Amino acid sequence: MGFVFPLIATLTVLGAVGAMSFRKSIHAALSLVVALLGIAVTYLGLGAEFIALVQVLVYVGAVAILVVFVMQLTRSEGGQGEGMAVRPAALGVGTAGLVCGGLISCVVLLPDFRTPWPEKADVGLARLGEALTGDYVVALEGIGLLLTVAIIGAVLIALKRPNKEETPE
Amino acid sequence: MNALDQLFVSLKQWLVGLFPTSLQLGVSVFVSAAAIVGVYAGLFAITTWLERKGLARLQNRMGPNRVGPFGLLQPMADGIKALIKEDIIPQRADRLVHTLAPIVAVVPAILALAVIPVGQNMVAVDLAAGMVFFFAMGGVKEIGVFMAGWGSRNTYSLLGSMRGIAQMISYEMPLVLSALVVVMAVGSLSLVDIVNAQAGYHAGILARWNVFTPWGLGGFLLFMVAATAESNRTPFDLPEGESEIIAGHMLEYSGFKYALFFLGEYMGLFAVSGLAITLFLGGWHAPFSFLAWIPSWMWFFGKLVCFIALFIWLRGTLPRLRADQLMEFAYKFMVPMVLVNLVAVALWHFTAGWTFLGGGLLRWVLCAALLFLPFLGLARLVSKRPHRIQRVYRFAE
Repeated sequence: MGFVFPLIATLTVLGAVGAMSFRKSIHAALSLVVALLGIAVTYLGLGAEFIALVQVLVYVGAVAILVVFVMQLTRSEGGQGEGMAVRPAALGVGTAGLVCGGLISCVVLLPDFRTPWPEKADVGLARLGEALTGDYVVALEGIGLLLTVAIIGAVLIALKRPNKEETPE
Repeated sequence: MNALDQLFVSLKQWLVGLFPTSLQLGVSVFVSAAAIVGVYAGLFAITTWLERKGLARLQNRMGPNRVGPFGLLQPMADGIKALIKEDIIPQRADRLVHTLAPIVAVVPAILALAVIPVGQNMVAVDLAAGMVFFFAMGGVKEIGVFMAGWGSRNTYSLLGSMRGIAQMISYEMPLVLSALVVVMAVGSLSLVDIVNAQAGYHAGILARWNVFTPWGLGGFLLFMVAATAESNRTPFDLPEGESEIIAGHMLEYSGFKYALFFLGEYMGLFAVSGLAITLFLGGWHAPFSFLAWIPSWMWFFGKLVCFIALFIWLRGTLPRLRADQLMEFAYKFMVPMVLVNLVAVALWHFTAGWTFLGGGLLRWVLCAALLFLPFLGLARLVSKRPHRIQRVYRFAE
């Protein structure tokens, strides 16, 4: 099964490149979906089944849908973008390079990352659940609170102002 | 009896055994996949006939009766018709997106069927997170709906896909949360484990299905409503609404692409019905201990056919909802009820130790009350008619 990773990696990278370079924003969004699915398959190859499925559920099923939904609502003609200006492109490449370089230097330099890890990481469902509700419960609750605040904020924004509703539909 | 029960399992083992060891894994995967595609596609053909016939009888018509006895060969005729029809792509449509959309709509629906156990030892893949896989595939299906609506470059298509996606997103939450109840009770996301947890019989007769508990019954009803909405069936068929937006996102499709959308929709219906059976109705277990001699796969598919009949009946009975009613029902009724149901299952879990006399009954009544009282309040809230401004017709009078 050695050919799977190169294949999926190529597809993922192509999807990511497409997401940045397609002229029509809708094609870019769909290309992003390809990249996200590729990442999910990579997780699957690493033995992280649950994380792979959640990646599909959250990123493809929710985030990508949200993106295209917003596009549908805001533009009716498929938005012909002008391509990318030089400054944002340079900024983007710079940021990506920084993040990538940071990660690689972490892997190479930090002692934590140098300890040899097992062939297949134990990221079973039970272990993940224990970690989330045990060690990281404060972070989990914090994120939950944040999301609740976001939902309440969204509802507040969407709420009708009763005094402005004078004209019949 | 056991030989009949395991007929297909032994058949597959025999078939795989014919090949050399190096090929056996691939052959095994292929056989399972072929079985899923074949069986459910056959069921799809029968269902289209059943639906047309059943709807016709509900509307006091005859339904298809020209092709074969009782019109039984109608699906075949439909298939040939779809294959030889011209494939039309609108001139200004986005060709690639338009062509890919039916495929993206069908593939996840078939994939979702892979994790559903259809009989004892009969499941294509037993994933530890089978339920997450199922819902993930449901999410991918939405992309197909969007691509169809967008790629066709037609306002009706776009409206239909907007409605479809809005509806799917809104009802996904109650769908997942009502299924989560079972996960909380069983303690596993694997659908095989969930079926196995419903083995055994109360008092040696009645099966230990989840639907016989208060949270199970509530969860089952909520799940069914959300499932109807997820599979775009009446009364939640706004995305297609023939009389308003002429089949919505499928409007610009002809020939076999249209048939693929249909296939995807019915596959989705089978998948979500199969999940309901697995979660609440004991999967392939018999309802009564004295009926356990009937093969397990017959139980599963028998239940599935009952579900299909129920969906056809609903379609012939209920009128379509309005978009605002749809959203109100999702967020003001379904979501709170599902959350209450989560509390009920927690109560059920913590009262598991009540073994004193009448403790089981008390536990049942307590959980049921916990569900029923909010239900009354919410139902009153939702069914209250909002104050509406009288519509003024300027020219019609």
